[in-house]
Amino acid sequence: MSEATAADARRGGPRLTQLLPIDAIRLGETAADWRAAVRLAGDALVASGATTPAYTDEMVATVEQLGPYIVIAPGIALAHSRPSPAVLRAGISLVTLLEPVAFGHRENDPVRLVIGLAAVDEEGHITALSTLAEFLSDEKRREGLIGAAAAGEVVQMVRAYEEGLAADTPSADATDRSKGETS
Amino acid sequence: MKILAVCGMGLGTSLILRMNAEKALKQLGIEADVEVSDMGSARALAATADLILTSEELAEQLGPVKPKVVTISNFIDLNEMVTKLKAAIG
Repeated sequence: MSEATAADARRGGPRLTQLLPIDAIRLGETAADWRAAVRLAGDALVASGATTPAYTDEMVATVEQLGPYIVIAPGIALAHSRPSPAVLRAGISLVTLLEPVAFGHRENDPVRLVIGLAAVDEEGHITALSTLAEFLSDEKRREGLIGAAAAGEVVQMVRAYEEGLAADTPSADATDRSKGETS
Repeated sequence: MKILAVCGMGLGTSLILRMNAEKALKQLGIEADVEVSDMGSARALAATADLILTSEELAEQLGPVKPKVVTISNFIDLNEMVTKLKAAIG
C-alpha cells in the first residue's frame, strides 16, 4: 500500500541538515561493545529532542531480534527501530568511535560510525537518509566525517554537500518524476 | 520488472538499498520498479516480485522464496549493486 505512493513521496521530507542538528553529533566516543555503541547513537537522538530514552532500548532490541544486518557498509552501522511513541519527531544522529567496535557482521565489521535513525513514518526521512547515504558513499567524504575534530565541522561538511546537490541538480525532482512516469 | 528491497523494518536499510538500486538500474538502462518491504511482509510480497535485494543475513532469515535473491554486503557501494544486478538480470 505504501509502495504505491512511494515514488511520489520519495523526495519528500526534511533535508539532512534539518534532521541532523549539531546536538545529534558525537565524535571520538568510546563504546565497550555494539550495545554501548547503539546506545550512544540513541543518546544523541535524545539529546537532539528527536526521541525519548525508550527508543534507544528499542534500537538495541531491534539488533537483538534481527541481527547485525544494520552494518550496511564497511565500518558503518545504521541503528534504528520502527516508529513508536518514543519517537517525538524524525531525526538522525551520528556517532564516531575512537576504537572500532565489532557488531558481529561477517564482512562489514568493525564499526567506526554509527548512524541513529528515528522515523515517524515510512517516508518522511527519505530525503535526509538518501543524502547521508550518498555523502558516505564517497571515501574522501566518509573519511573526512570520521576524522572530524568537532561536530560543527560535520555540520559544515554536510551543509556544503547538500548545497552542492541543490546547485548541481535544480531539476532533480522533475527528472525523477519523468522516470517514474515511464516505468 | 519488479524488485523488492527487503530489510528488517522496511524503512531504513531498505530505503538505502532502493536508492542505490535505482541508480544502478539507470546506469544499466534497465526499467524496473523498486519497492521496499520489511521482513514480515516480504514473503507475501515476494510472490509478485521478479527479484529480491537484501543482506546475506536477512536472506537466510527469509528462507526460500520464488524470485531470485541477490544479497548485497555494502549497501552504499554503487559498483557492487551494478555488478550484482547485471549478473542477475542484465
